[in-house]
Amino acid sequence: MEHYLSLFVKTIFIENMALSFFLGMCTFLAVSKKISTAIGLGVAVVVVLGIAVPANQVIYQGILAPGALDGLLGVTDPAESIDLSFLSFITFIGVIAALVQILEMVLDKYFPPLYNALGIFLPLITVNCAIFGGVSFMVARNYTLGESVVYGVGSGVGWMLAIVLMAGLREKMKYSDVPAGLKGLGITFITAGLMAFGFLSFGGISL
Amino acid sequence: MSADAKKVLTSPILDNNPIALQILGVCSALAVTSSMVNAAVMTIAVVVVTAFSSLFISIIRNHIPSSVRIIVQMAIIASLVIVVDQVLKAFSYQLSKELSVYIGLIITNCIVMGRAEAFAMKETPMLSFMDGIGNGLGYGFILLVVATVRELFGFGTLFGIEILPLVQNDGWYQANGLLVLPFSSFFIIGLLIWAIRQKKPEQVEKD
Repeated sequence: MEHYLSLFVKTIFIENMALSFFLGMCTFLAVSKKISTAIGLGVAVVVVLGIAVPANQVIYQGILAPGALDGLLGVTDPAESIDLSFLSFITFIGVIAALVQILEMVLDKYFPPLYNALGIFLPLITVNCAIFGGVSFMVARNYTLGESVVYGVGSGVGWMLAIVLMAGLREKMKYSDVPAGLKGLGITFITAGLMAFGFLSFGGISL
Repeated sequence: MSADAKKVLTSPILDNNPIALQILGVCSALAVTSSMVNAAVMTIAVVVVTAFSSLFISIIRNHIPSSVRIIVQMAIIASLVIVVDQVLKAFSYQLSKELSVYIGLIITNCIVMGRAEAFAMKETPMLSFMDGIGNGLGYGFILLVVATVRELFGFGTLFGIEILPLVQNDGWYQANGLLVLPFSSFFIIGLLIWAIRQKKPEQVEKD
């Protein structure tokens, strides 16, 4: 239990998706103008990451990992061991795209208010690199199924925290006098840099 | 080369830069710019993937039903990224370890997807190919500028060759530790955007 809790805290603060690994930056910079939309997108990312990471973990360990299919196909000679890990990229992106589609249909049918609130963000999430990055990190670090659930939800919450903070800052920034050339994207980059600087201070905590 | 093709090739570098103006493909721009070698490899990979994905998508653009076009584009892009990844693993394993998940993340790099959707679905194959190369180069331009600043002032080297002799090696240059940290690229890109917009005031955002 303690192990899962420390993994959860670590993924939110120390290894924050947006501010330590710079994943999902395109949407992070483009959709952080208002707090309400930032929260909507954040929730969608948490949900999709929380489902996509464990789902891909099962598929990777069950089918794609080197030697995973050997038992099923009766391969005993190590030289003939089946390694499908080169297919991982295309499988992951397919699974993510399919999940987002299914999620969209389920929400539309059973939770219309949430579906309307998330609106255009759901399809956008397919190409959000935070999702794909989360899945890739899960594979690179060999997480178990339990760990991958915690990791998926945790990194989603971390990303949501970052984008909501960013949106809050940008709402205030409307009233400040920014040099013309820096307006919009330029100052957003610098703000994000300062936020990442701040999050760096979590790096000293060992869990 | 016709005037059209030339314009398509060169305009993304300064006039319509994917990172500085379109907010596309920012994630990897931040994470892989700590050294020139990484930035150069990443640039080549993105140019190849963007150019060929635009070419292939443009060739079959009239046969793709619009309802499944995202999936088709994804499949093409993912296959190209797998090729790039496998080539890199075969010929330069060390580099592919260093770039870790970021090569895979080219799949979700919005430049590739964005150009496929915005340009290749409408234009002829040759022009799309040029557009892909141009946007890849525009992305690479920012990457290389950021990497130059970070490697030169952070480590005193360029492509691993010593330019500014460091104090530790009996030289005179005291390395700037801030630039070694990943988030420094936020500031550099922010200032770079400012510089570009000073020169091209039409890009300044209204509030």
